[in-house]
Amino acid sequence: MSLEQEVELIRQVQIFSKIQPAMQKLLCFSAERLKYDAGQVMFNAGDVGEAAYIIIDGTVEISVPTPSGPIVINNMGKNDLLGEIAIYGEVPRTATAKAITKVETLKISKELFMKVIRENPDAAVELIKILAARLASTTSQLTRTRSGSR
Amino acid sequence: MKGDFSLIQYNGTGDFPLERSLFGFIIRYSKRDQLLIVPLVVASMVVYYLSLDLPKTIINQAIQGVGFPHDDSVRRFLGMDLERLPYLLALSVLFLALIVLNGWLKFQINTMKGWMGERMLRRLRYALFDHILRFPLARFRRVKAAEMATMVKDEVEPLGGFIGEALITPLFLGGQALTAMFFIVYQQVWLGLIALAVVGVQAVVIPRLRKRLLVLSRERQLTARALAGRIAECVDGAAEIHAHDTSNWERAEISARLGRIFRIRFELYQRKFLVKFLNNFLSQVTPFLFYTVGGYLVIVGRLDIGALVAVIAAYKDLPTPVKELIDWDQQRLDVEIKYNQVVEQFSAEETAPAELQAPLEAPELPRDGRLKVSAITLHDDAGARVVDGVSFECALKEHIAIVGRPASGASELAQLLARLVMPTNGSIELGGMDLTRAPEAVTGRALAYVGAPAYLFPLSVRENIVYSLKHRPVRPAQYEDEVRRQRDFELQEAARSGNSTLDVNAEWIDYAAAGVAGREELDARIAELLAVVDLEETIFELGLRGAADTRKNSTLAERVLAARTRLRERLASLGIQDWVERFDPNKYNRNATLAENLLFGTPVGRAFDIEDLAANAYVRRVLHDTGLYELLLRTGHKVAQTMVELFSDLPPGHEFFAQYSFIRQEDLPQYKAILQRAGELGLKEIEEAERLALISLTFKLIADRHRLGLIDEGFEARVVEARRYFAAHLPEELRRAIEFFDAQRYNSAASLQDNILFGKIVTGQAEAATRITALVRELMDELGLRPLVVRIGLDYQVGVGGARLAIADRQKIALVRALIKRPELLVVDHAVAGLDPASQQRLLEGILAERKGRGLVWVVQRPDLAERFGVVLVMEHGKLAEKGAFAQLKSNGGPLQKLLLAA
Repeated sequence: MSLEQEVELIRQVQIFSKIQPAMQKLLCFSAERLKYDAGQVMFNAGDVGEAAYIIIDGTVEISVPTPSGPIVINNMGKNDLLGEIAIYGEVPRTATAKAITKVETLKISKELFMKVIRENPDAAVELIKILAARLASTTSQLTRTRSGSR
Repeated sequence: MKGDFSLIQYNGTGDFPLERSLFGFIIRYSKRDQLLIVPLVVASMVVYYLSLDLPKTIINQAIQGVGFPHDDSVRRFLGMDLERLPYLLALSVLFLALIVLNGWLKFQINTMKGWMGERMLRRLRYALFDHILRFPLARFRRVKAAEMATMVKDEVEPLGGFIGEALITPLFLGGQALTAMFFIVYQQVWLGLIALAVVGVQAVVIPRLRKRLLVLSRERQLTARALAGRIAECVDGAAEIHAHDTSNWERAEISARLGRIFRIRFELYQRKFLVKFLNNFLSQVTPFLFYTVGGYLVIVGRLDIGALVAVIAAYKDLPTPVKELIDWDQQRLDVEIKYNQVVEQFSAEETAPAELQAPLEAPELPRDGRLKVSAITLHDDAGARVVDGVSFECALKEHIAIVGRPASGASELAQLLARLVMPTNGSIELGGMDLTRAPEAVTGRALAYVGAPAYLFPLSVRENIVYSLKHRPVRPAQYEDEVRRQRDFELQEAARSGNSTLDVNAEWIDYAAAGVAGREELDARIAELLAVVDLEETIFELGLRGAADTRKNSTLAERVLAARTRLRERLASLGIQDWVERFDPNKYNRNATLAENLLFGTPVGRAFDIEDLAANAYVRRVLHDTGLYELLLRTGHKVAQTMVELFSDLPPGHEFFAQYSFIRQEDLPQYKAILQRAGELGLKEIEEAERLALISLTFKLIADRHRLGLIDEGFEARVVEARRYFAAHLPEELRRAIEFFDAQRYNSAASLQDNILFGKIVTGQAEAATRITALVRELMDELGLRPLVVRIGLDYQVGVGGARLAIADRQKIALVRALIKRPELLVVDHAVAGLDPASQQRLLEGILAERKGRGLVWVVQRPDLAERFGVVLVMEHGKLAEKGAFAQLKSNGGPLQKLLLAA
């Protein structure tokens, strides 16, 4: 797959869909294309986060370690953005990501990611939308859990 | 006291005082050679006189026929009666023979003068260097390295030329001038007196005028030397200059110096040419006097005209030798100044006596016993007591820590114990031997010192380590006939110039001192010590990155090829064989640059420099012949367009460039300009250099890494085709400039690691590089290749001052250098300060274990490190404040406890 195709792909990723074509191109050019074999861990919870990943192909399992062993919380696939929380939160990785099939990704470094957000209000708005959606979903999950436990 | 040493037969570090005056030096060391030339000079003058006299006979007797009153007259010549014509022929041939003989004599004289001068120059340079070696260390704080080098190299250079002339020239020229003078006086006394007066003025006035010249030339020499020192300072302090933006200050400073040199030289020229003018004037005013005074004498009848003509003719021969004599005198003064300047610099009153450094065969070394320090005191340059009456005694094999704040005298005490500096007062006894009197042959074997920073010579790691074992030649070199004769000649010459006659080609490494039998064992021992100082892994890495010489190790190629096969199998068994894209002659390697794909080999030397491949004429020919030129040009054009489009707006040094390392930010404007011209004129019309710049971009493309989608299957096929063409048509003279990739062969131009991989680690595979390098390491251990790789790593060139190594690694090499010679006492002075605490601790433990049962003195940078030593000395203001076991001292409320609390 060449860069032109990668640019196409990036347009499908919500947060980068609205930014300028030149910026999309720069993003692809400056990103690193990385493959993972099935079973390879991409990062562990607690690691320092230095990059985010766009999944081009394959499935990644997201889990959190608990005293009673890891709990799978989500599976991610094509066009999903992965690992970005550690970047703008300046916090360690909150979860472990492991490839469960062969996985292809675009690795976007922290600096590149921040540059794109900083220079593109549209991308920042998209980012807020994503975070808001996640917050809403977490809140409702929490509400349900609480009401269920009562 | 012990002290009976057997001296090696040698020459060269004998007592070699520098004579105070140049002529003293010349006479002392070249009297015999000078005297040998004198008969030649005299002979040449006789021949010269004969050759002047003979024409008279030829003209008068043979041509004008004075000797042949009748047609059948004959004259005797060499026992034969000759008629007029044969007589003329005989005289002419004799004249030719005299000229040839005269030329030959001059040739001999000049050659001998040249030899003599070179021998004396060699002797002088050697003596100066010998003095440098004997300077006390303190002196090196006051002198600049560059100035020393200039003096030995440049400033004494003219001396060689002059020494050949020193005595012979005045003899030769003086003789010539005197003869001419005598001739003139003999013809007519008054005219003789005039000539004498003019020469007298030349000889008295001119040297006076030259006095100022001498002052100036001395100044010139000093300023030029200072300039050399200043430039060296700027080179050494380059980082400071950049860091503090002082480059313009330095410019102004150098400019001022150059200005001063200019002023001096300007005045020098003015004076020089004034003197020249006077000289010329005087020599030409004499004929004027001859014509007027001589003419008058002829008119009044007191001189006949023939004599006047003869006098004027003779006078023609007079100015030249006189002028040359004056020149010689000028040169003498100049050279004497140079000599005195240099000698003054080198005659340090405190230079160590030569015997101290005499090479000794097997000096008796102090074995066990006690280390006894009695009231040693050391004054610094200013007379302050940096070490003040320190006394202590303990077993020689004790491990001693010296603790103290900076400037407490701890380091100085260490240097005293290592005999690097001589104490002002007091004595140090090692196993009953007085260290202050022992020659360096003893101290250099029995003691070792590692300071911070340790100096590494710009050699290989191994050579730096075995440096400490080269005290004297242990086994003479073996020479074959022709080389043997050459060597004998060199030896004889060295002896004649008072140089060292020790053979640099002999085996100098003292294996016995390292406790090993030969080279193999020595390497093994070095590897052991590298492990002790925690450096083995680093050297191993260097070995993997290094290219090994298979000539030195015949089984190496075989074993590396085995490792290559083993790695492939291992990768396959792990299912990751596609993590390394192997070189395949029929396939384009998408993880290698296009240049590598075209060459399909490793360049040897500069011809196929991968960074500048487009510059090679043969490469360009291949591109044209295979029609690849156009394609690469167009591709380069696209690459340039993309790069300019994407990166033009980025700030300099932005990390996005990292991914595209083949194009630098500062190159972008250049490519912009090329693109613009290409847009206006078309790619065909732009200049060749611009086209090559574009092609260079294409050459650096790595298909899978840069993902520009420019290299498709068709492109790949054409490159593979061009690769075959390249190999098939490679001209004979370029065969050695490349070593092609061959799965069955060891590539001696490539690094060990590349040989094992025989391919490229794929770029897009997460963790591939880390895992594969780890696999390679595992494999080397499995195959037992580690010692071999370490040995190759020892060949790594450390660079100037060890600059190609990390500072900590340089220190570690210096430690190995000290350990390898197994000294009785190892002194470590802050040598590991550059390391992080954990590494310091590891290193300390390693060396303590290695030195078990042998003496160790360590100036520790942190007082808590002293805990691991048997005896602790605490220094304060140059005095020994406390001595004892760490356990006692740490809680007795004394100085150590205070230091511990403060740390």
